[in-house]
Amino acid sequence: MPVNYYIFLSLALFSIGIVGVLTRRNAIIIFMCIELMLNAVNLLLVAFSKMHHLKALAADAATTAGSDGQLFVFFIMVVAAAEVSVGLAIIVMMYRNVHSVDVNFLNRLKH
Amino acid sequence: MKNVLQIVYLIPLIPLIGFLINGLGRKYLSKTLIGLIGCGTVLASFILSIWVFIQVKEGNVHTAHYFNFISVGDLKIPFAFKIDQLSSLFLLIITGVGFLIHVYSTAYMHNEKTDHYGRYFSYLNLFIFSMLLLVMGANYVIMFIGWEGVGLCSYLLIGYWFKNTEYNKAANKAFIMNRIGDLAFLIAIFWIIVRVGGVNFDDVFAVAKGEVQNRRFTPADITIITMLLFIGATGKSAQIPLYTWLPDAMAGPTPVSALIHAATMVTAGIYMIARSNVLYSLSHTTMTVVAIVGLATALLAATIALKQNDIKKVLAYSTVSQLGFMFLALGSGAYVAAVFHVMTHAFFKALLFLGSGSVIHAMGGEQDIRNMGGLSKKLKTTYWTFLIGCIAIAGIPPLSGFFSKDAILISTFNLKFGIVFYVIAGLTALLTAYYMFRLLFVTFNGSFRGTEEQKHHLHESPIAMTLPLIVLAFLSVVGGLVGIPEVLKGNDLIGKFLSPVISPVKHAHDIAHSTEILLMIIISVLVLVVIGFAWARFKNYRHKEETGFGKVLENKWYVDELYEKIIVQPLHNFGGFLKNVIDTKVVDGLVNGAGRVINYGSRQLRLLQSGQVGIYVLLMIVGMVFFFVIQFFIRK
Amino acid sequence: MIPVLLIIIPLLAGVITFFFRNDKIVRSWGLLTSLVILALSVYGVSLSGDSSLLTAKADWLQSLGSSFFVRIDGVGKILTLLTAVSFPIIFTGTWNSQYKKPNSFYALMLLGQAGLMGVFVAADALLFYFFWELALIPMYFIASIWGGEKRIRVTFKFFIYTFIGSVLMLVGILILQSKTGNHSFSIQAFNSLQLTNKEQSWLFWLFFVAFAVKMPIFPFHTWQPDTYEQSPSAATMVMSGIMVKMGLLGVIRWVMPIMPGAFHSWGDVAMSMSVIGIVYASLIAIRQDDLKRLIAFSSIAHIGLMNMALFAENLSGVQGVMLQMFNHGINIIGLWIIVEIIERKTGSRRMSELGGLAQKAPSMAIFFVVIALANIALPLTNAFPGEFLMFNSLLTARTTQLYAILFTVFAGLGIILGAVYTLNMIRKTFYGETNAVTAVVSDLSINEKIALSVIVGLIIVIGIYPQFILDITNNFSETLANKRFIPQAIITK
Repeated sequence: MPVNYYIFLSLALFSIGIVGVLTRRNAIIIFMCIELMLNAVNLLLVAFSKMHHLKALAADAATTAGSDGQLFVFFIMVVAAAEVSVGLAIIVMMYRNVHSVDVNFLNRLKH
Repeated sequence: MKNVLQIVYLIPLIPLIGFLINGLGRKYLSKTLIGLIGCGTVLASFILSIWVFIQVKEGNVHTAHYFNFISVGDLKIPFAFKIDQLSSLFLLIITGVGFLIHVYSTAYMHNEKTDHYGRYFSYLNLFIFSMLLLVMGANYVIMFIGWEGVGLCSYLLIGYWFKNTEYNKAANKAFIMNRIGDLAFLIAIFWIIVRVGGVNFDDVFAVAKGEVQNRRFTPADITIITMLLFIGATGKSAQIPLYTWLPDAMAGPTPVSALIHAATMVTAGIYMIARSNVLYSLSHTTMTVVAIVGLATALLAATIALKQNDIKKVLAYSTVSQLGFMFLALGSGAYVAAVFHVMTHAFFKALLFLGSGSVIHAMGGEQDIRNMGGLSKKLKTTYWTFLIGCIAIAGIPPLSGFFSKDAILISTFNLKFGIVFYVIAGLTALLTAYYMFRLLFVTFNGSFRGTEEQKHHLHESPIAMTLPLIVLAFLSVVGGLVGIPEVLKGNDLIGKFLSPVISPVKHAHDIAHSTEILLMIIISVLVLVVIGFAWARFKNYRHKEETGFGKVLENKWYVDELYEKIIVQPLHNFGGFLKNVIDTKVVDGLVNGAGRVINYGSRQLRLLQSGQVGIYVLLMIVGMVFFFVIQFFIRK
Repeated sequence: MIPVLLIIIPLLAGVITFFFRNDKIVRSWGLLTSLVILALSVYGVSLSGDSSLLTAKADWLQSLGSSFFVRIDGVGKILTLLTAVSFPIIFTGTWNSQYKKPNSFYALMLLGQAGLMGVFVAADALLFYFFWELALIPMYFIASIWGGEKRIRVTFKFFIYTFIGSVLMLVGILILQSKTGNHSFSIQAFNSLQLTNKEQSWLFWLFFVAFAVKMPIFPFHTWQPDTYEQSPSAATMVMSGIMVKMGLLGVIRWVMPIMPGAFHSWGDVAMSMSVIGIVYASLIAIRQDDLKRLIAFSSIAHIGLMNMALFAENLSGVQGVMLQMFNHGINIIGLWIIVEIIERKTGSRRMSELGGLAQKAPSMAIFFVVIALANIALPLTNAFPGEFLMFNSLLTARTTQLYAILFTVFAGLGIILGAVYTLNMIRKTFYGETNAVTAVVSDLSINEKIALSVIVGLIIVIGIYPQFILDITNNFSETLANKRFIPQAIITK
């Protein structure tokens, strides 16, 4: 399958994520949208990694070229998990304090 | 001490030491000691000066080089003294008259508190020191040091009674007007440095005479330098347009007026021009200007003196007028006549000032001649010496003033239209006789017009004051004998003595000896007539208000008011404009304005910081897209 | 070794001072330190120019091309000497001034001295910049903590003003560094640069604005009267006596030799700015009623003259400036000491409220008159030889003859106007009758007499024999004038 399909899919996912972050006010949904963007990138990384690997295989059967992209994906997943755990904790605290998960309710940060 | 010329540095140094002792010890020394130190140091200098004079008379001139005052690159300004005929003559005048005035001061200032008494004598010694520096300096810079130094002492002594604001203002005025002249002097020095590469008199005159290769003055240089030096001289010697400080300077104690503002300091300008006679003789333009300014000042000051009622003011304007005569002589090329008149003027004007001091002392501080009269009975010595002074200044033969004034009058024939100069100068001489005898008669003759208390207080001054009067009167009588011109079968001793320094005048329009003698006789007779006229008008003086032209003269032609209106006030206002408008509103306004713009801008930008997370993210994305676009579409 | 000590001793002593608690000890410690530095500095000045003790080099930020390179050359000698002489005088003269938290005050003063010394000896551009800021910061804090009522606004302005200048200079330094072959900040590398005229022009203004603000030159001067007025007197003395010399030093060391072409071609502009400043500041000074502001404007006029003399591009001017930098520092500190005493004793600095002080405090009057006369360059005071050389340089300035004459005459107006405001200041403050404000004043205390005697002694000695100061800088100035100025032959072509 050509890599184009993956690119378009991840572009679509990423755009959905952006629009979600920009338009929604619910912190949890924004969170989910961020995850969506991260995963769109992950998808792209895996796709390119595979592509490069296949190309390298043709020249050298024992190559590991392109596998570093997949490594990054793991890093990103780990970071994302950590982020989710912290972020969700913040959201929980926020809900406890203000009984809302509406981000615009928190614009007091500007002061 | 084989040769006194090796120790000439002592001449200024001794008064300087006197200044230090009296200045620092004024609280601890007694009045007697202060007076002794003050007079003693000057006397020591006087004795040395006589010694030096004798040496110089035998033909020993000397330039003493001590150390380099300033040395930068090729420019070397030595601290050096030049002892020659001209400076040794001035040394005698300064220390001699100076000593007499110091002695006089011990009595005149005796009512001052001890520390002020010490202050007074220290200033006086400092003045002698500066004045000696001025005439002994072997180059223009040392001369300038003395030049400003005497200005400083003049400032300090005019403002000696510093509680009086008017006196202090007079002191400031004197200093500032002198500074205007000093600036011109300085620029002249710089101009000389540009052309000569040094400031030593010998070097400068050698270049002027064309004796040095590769260095020369163009005629324009000479005119500029001499004009600038002359402007300097107008400040110090109170000539038009910078003369108005001198009458105000009478705020100082009377001996100070005698010493600084009559006998010595104000003649510094004449000394400077006589010293630079080589330069001046090369510039016809400057010479003419000097003569015209001198004559105009002489006439203007004489007219003002006619109507003054303050005894010291009359003498002050008389001084300005006499200085004008000296400049007339300089402008006519008769440098010797000018120096001769400096000398005789030092005698009789110091005498007159000290005499007026004696009067003021007797009157308990009163200076207005309208409140005097008939003093001749009580102040006999003062009266007779004052009379001698008046005769001398009026120019009646054979007193000193006659010879020096006559030399000046005759010299005017060197100029173009000499006859015009002669007539105006002669007229001024008649005015001089008139106002001086008016002063004499109003003060000493008629009946006493002061208060009873003053009348009771009237007394002759102590011996310390009358002795200098007598000595000066004697000198006023015989002082002219050194300069009897050849037409009167004299030897013209002074002219011969000064001839190595001052090249003799080339008489352009020499007049016949018989004419010269005739003119002398006419002038002398006219003077006697004028004196008789003054006697008729003022022997029984009654005061009446001046009207019309007399009022203009009494108010000094309103020159002070004019200066105030056209120079002082506009500058003052302009300063205020700069301070209140330009500096605070414009310059600082721009700076603060820049600050305000930034402040305003940041306040506007702050609105973007709304706190809405969505907006932040949007901006972030817009930014990313922006750079993305630049990266991919524009940079290619 | 000596330059390093000159920086390190005040730095360490300053840091230590923060920990003292006793007022007396703090003052004594400050004075002691400054005297040690004075001794060291005098020793340094007495050494010949090529002595190895006057140079020190150590590694520092090598990767950037910078090193800790300090050196005392001719101008360095005169300015370190000025700094070293000034601090004991300031500490003695203001011994009676009371501060809250004296330990911090004295500590900051000493840190300021360290910074100033650093500026004067730094031979590496980055190091120079570093000390330039280091000298500024303690003064900023002193002014903003111990200053007058409007101190916050004023010191903020002062800081922004000088900081903008510094940043421009930093840009200039970085550009110069990028032009050098081995990306070095050292002054030798800068001096050997061959820059085009256009580059020189840009760089000239980047540097010159920084220095012009510091001096200050019209129209960059408006921070100065406010800051002098609001700062505590000791800080004002440091700022006006020593810190303004940083600007002149900058021109001498970092502009003249590195961009001689632009230095010449922009000379007329810089001289015009200065000469306008002289007349302008003098006229404003005539109308001032506040003693501190009057002296501040008088200082602008004096510094303007020094700047002009530098741009005259001849030996006489450079030597005159060297001498005058020292003299101006000494004299103005003397004036501030007396103004501070007057303010402390009467509570007023307004001349219209003062008067008659000469009756109450004759010693103070004498000292003040002598110093004021030095301020207007009367002969036989120290300022006369300096101003003489500077005016002499103006008439032979390397510009058209007409300009040279005009510059000389207008700068000369400063002499006359200077006499006007200085004598008025003396008259209104010291002469006349006493009034309610001045009737209570007592004469000087012993420490003030000592400080002022030292100043007056220097004034007279240098006034009579200026050559010993001129000799210190002679070789430096001659090298500068002969090697670094554009030869006259090229200009006249």
